Amino acid sequence: MKLTLKIWRQKNAADKGGFVTYVADHVSKDMSFLEMLDVLNDQLTEKGEDPVHFDHDCREGICGMCSLYINGKPHGPLQTTTCQLHMRSFSDGETITIEPWRAKAFPVVKDLVVNRSAFDRIIQAGGYVSVNTGGVPDANEIPIPKTVADLAMDAAQCIGCGACVAACKNASAMLFTSAKVSQLALLPQGQVERKTRAEKMVAQMDAEGFGACTNTGACEAECPKGISITNIARMNREYFSAVVSSDNM
Amino acid sequence: MILDSKIPAGPLAEKWTKHKFNSKLVNPANKRKYDVIVVGTGLAGASAAASLAELGYNVKAFCFQDSPRRAHSIAAQGGINAAKNYQNDGDSIYRLFYDTIKGGDYRAREGNVYRLAEVSVKIIDQCVAQGVPFAREYGGLLANRSFGGAQVSRTFYARGQTGQQLLLGAYSALSRQVANGKVKLFPRTEMMDLVVIDGQAKGIVTRNLITGAVETHAAHAVLLCTGGYGNVFFLSTNAMGSNVTAAWRAHKRGAYFANPCFTQIHPTCIPVSGDHQSKLTLMSESLRNDGRVWVPATQEIAEKLRKGQIKANDIKEEERDYFLERKYPSFGNLVPRDVASRNAKYVCDEGRGVNETGEAVFLDFRDAIKRDTRKIIEQKYGNLFDMYKQITGEDPYEMPMMIYPAVHYTMGGLWVDYNLMTTVPGLYALGEANFSEHGANRLGASALMQGLADGYFVIPYTVGDYLAQLAPTKVDENHPEFARAKEEVKQGIERILKINGTKPVDYFHKKLGKIMWDKCGMARTESGLKEAKAEIQALKKEFWSNVKVLGTNEELNQTLEKANRVADFLELGELMVDDALNRNESCGGHFREEYQTPDGEALRDDENYAYVAAWKYLGEGKEEELVKEELVFENVKLTQRSYK
Repeated sequence: MKLTLKIWRQKNAADKGGFVTYVADHVSKDMSFLEMLDVLNDQLTEKGEDPVHFDHDCREGICGMCSLYINGKPHGPLQTTTCQLHMRSFSDGETITIEPWRAKAFPVVKDLVVNRSAFDRIIQAGGYVSVNTGGVPDANEIPIPKTVADLAMDAAQCIGCGACVAACKNASAMLFTSAKVSQLALLPQGQVERKTRAEKMVAQMDAEGFGACTNTGACEAECPKGISITNIARMNREYFSAVVSSDNM
Repeated sequence: MILDSKIPAGPLAEKWTKHKFNSKLVNPANKRKYDVIVVGTGLAGASAAASLAELGYNVKAFCFQDSPRRAHSIAAQGGINAAKNYQNDGDSIYRLFYDTIKGGDYRAREGNVYRLAEVSVKIIDQCVAQGVPFAREYGGLLANRSFGGAQVSRTFYARGQTGQQLLLGAYSALSRQVANGKVKLFPRTEMMDLVVIDGQAKGIVTRNLITGAVETHAAHAVLLCTGGYGNVFFLSTNAMGSNVTAAWRAHKRGAYFANPCFTQIHPTCIPVSGDHQSKLTLMSESLRNDGRVWVPATQEIAEKLRKGQIKANDIKEEERDYFLERKYPSFGNLVPRDVASRNAKYVCDEGRGVNETGEAVFLDFRDAIKRDTRKIIEQKYGNLFDMYKQITGEDPYEMPMMIYPAVHYTMGGLWVDYNLMTTVPGLYALGEANFSEHGANRLGASALMQGLADGYFVIPYTVGDYLAQLAPTKVDENHPEFARAKEEVKQGIERILKINGTKPVDYFHKKLGKIMWDKCGMARTESGLKEAKAEIQALKKEFWSNVKVLGTNEELNQTLEKANRVADFLELGELMVDDALNRNESCGGHFREEYQTPDGEALRDDENYAYVAAWKYLGEGKEEELVKEELVFENVKLTQRSYK
């Protein structure tokens, strides 16, 4: 396959940035999208041009490090991570536009690399059960109905890639935040801090500059792990019941 | 130097309890006066950083990824072992210990492995308390499954994403300590060197991957939780960024490197599709619980299959060779990883491989779907099947999967004693970065167990014992050793940037990987290893004269990052070959063709090789010195492993 690539190039956070067009020749259908970029980068290096920078690590769809806004969609045309997207999803002669995640809370670092540390700070605000190592009960002393455990697992599958933010016209982080709030609100282990967790995580999310949720469902449609927006509904319930009977003294 | 493993005396089951009691304690009010550096935030690193911060130490945690949650532990699929015996099927701490020692082909320490089995039960408790959503039965209790190399069901799991859930648990504990101000996080920061003062580890030199700033950090102890070195093979199931740099540079500062040739080749990975391939994807070993491994009975049928004249489903039952079930009737498809991998290689070498390259075997779920219904199989393995389909474009519910072995884990690593301390006092290695508990072969679902055992339950005691013997005064970052190490790192970076040759970094990495895979991979020979050594030396020379790294240090420069790592892989590769050449026996993942039983199984030489081979760095261009730690077996009898 021969493809035309329009790639966002930006030297650093201060640079204005812009699109540069490249031609990718001899692309095999079995290549992953990132392997196609690897080949392009080797060619650029040999020509003495700075390779395109992009985030990636596990390349098996679980670490959440890869991003890329491909032809107007986070992670491209399939509901998967960019590293799991293969070139068989594209056709010969196609023009592909590649941009970084666009959100105020995810500033561009270089080219297609953005800073997602805002997500870490949301988790730091309360995305945990406050137990120290040791001194916990035997695992089977906390029975959990299978249906509840399965629902918690559905939410816990979030990989923190940020596609939900990139997909949202308001750059809202509700799907990400609600996935963690839901997981812990569903499980008995999360009950003690249930209210404070919802309040603090939502407050941090707002402080980071993410937008509001207007229920368009774009996040769910683009989430590579299929995290459901019912989690957002659950987080809203958690949040509102927390603020009316706050534990935050 | 004589290597002292510091295994406590006394009966096996009492060693750890006694050792904990004999360890010195740091007064609670004094803990805040000690600083600890943790490099790497995977299961071992995140659990150690969180647990030490909870105790009151000041922790600095470093990772090269943009967030600690991305460490490659996240990709572990199958599960985590623990001797809970919830299934009432005969499991016990002793059985887990025994299985692990035997599975490791008797090349691990009894004391360490017993401790691992002992603390395994607490790991599950800890994770559940954190809210890790393990799989459950309808009665609400935890579910288990069986895994390769074991005849009991002791594996806890969270769908096919157990590593992810355990890591997110440890990451949540770590995040809580960041919020408490006890852990300072340094993401996108890579360790470039270790600072040793008067023989003790006192800090590290790092490079900020965004700005390129080379900085120093001082501490009373340094913990390397930096994972394994499987990427020396270029193609492996490791993440793209997984590297040996931190461990290797510590090695060059005095930490011995043990059993580097012990690498694990995982039997169930998606086969290579072409030259562009950047990494290999593992399909969880748990698939072998229900999938049956086979190839056509004859070369002729395999030939037709490869040419696309017939499909897998056209092949009749009597024309299929379920080679693992045939050769190993009692373990069948659940034989340990090294045995399964080697047998896949054998049948492919015989010309019975099933894909275009001839390097693949089938993993077939037809019978399991018939027996249990598609719905049940979907529940167990749905995400794995989806992943397979995404990568290969084929539907494993309809057609058997194709799999082939790939490099997955490295049992070798920095030598550590019972306290997880390396040969440099104050420098520790945890998780896959150390060499310890898995011997010559790791059993499935044991890596997660070891990472978390080291971080949650071992290091908090052993590092305390060391710190209690140090004065609670700040480590002086103005000591000239810090400046010197920093300068050397800067010079090393400059040296790479100045070469300005003609070949990209991956050119060298791929070449190295091919040498390692062909000559130091699933099967090794003396002549092949000797060739490999010469080839690596030549490649290293070419790298230092002809690699092309564009850009500067003072920016995000992913090519420079890669070049630094590949430079270290080139040196490590040579040591792996030396180690494989030295070990004139076959054991676990190390299979020397000269040493095998008449029916092709690994033939150990316990009389001459029941030791840990620890290598001491002697300087640039010099052969490393071999230092042996003899293994003492007081409880298990060394036998030929048999899974027949």
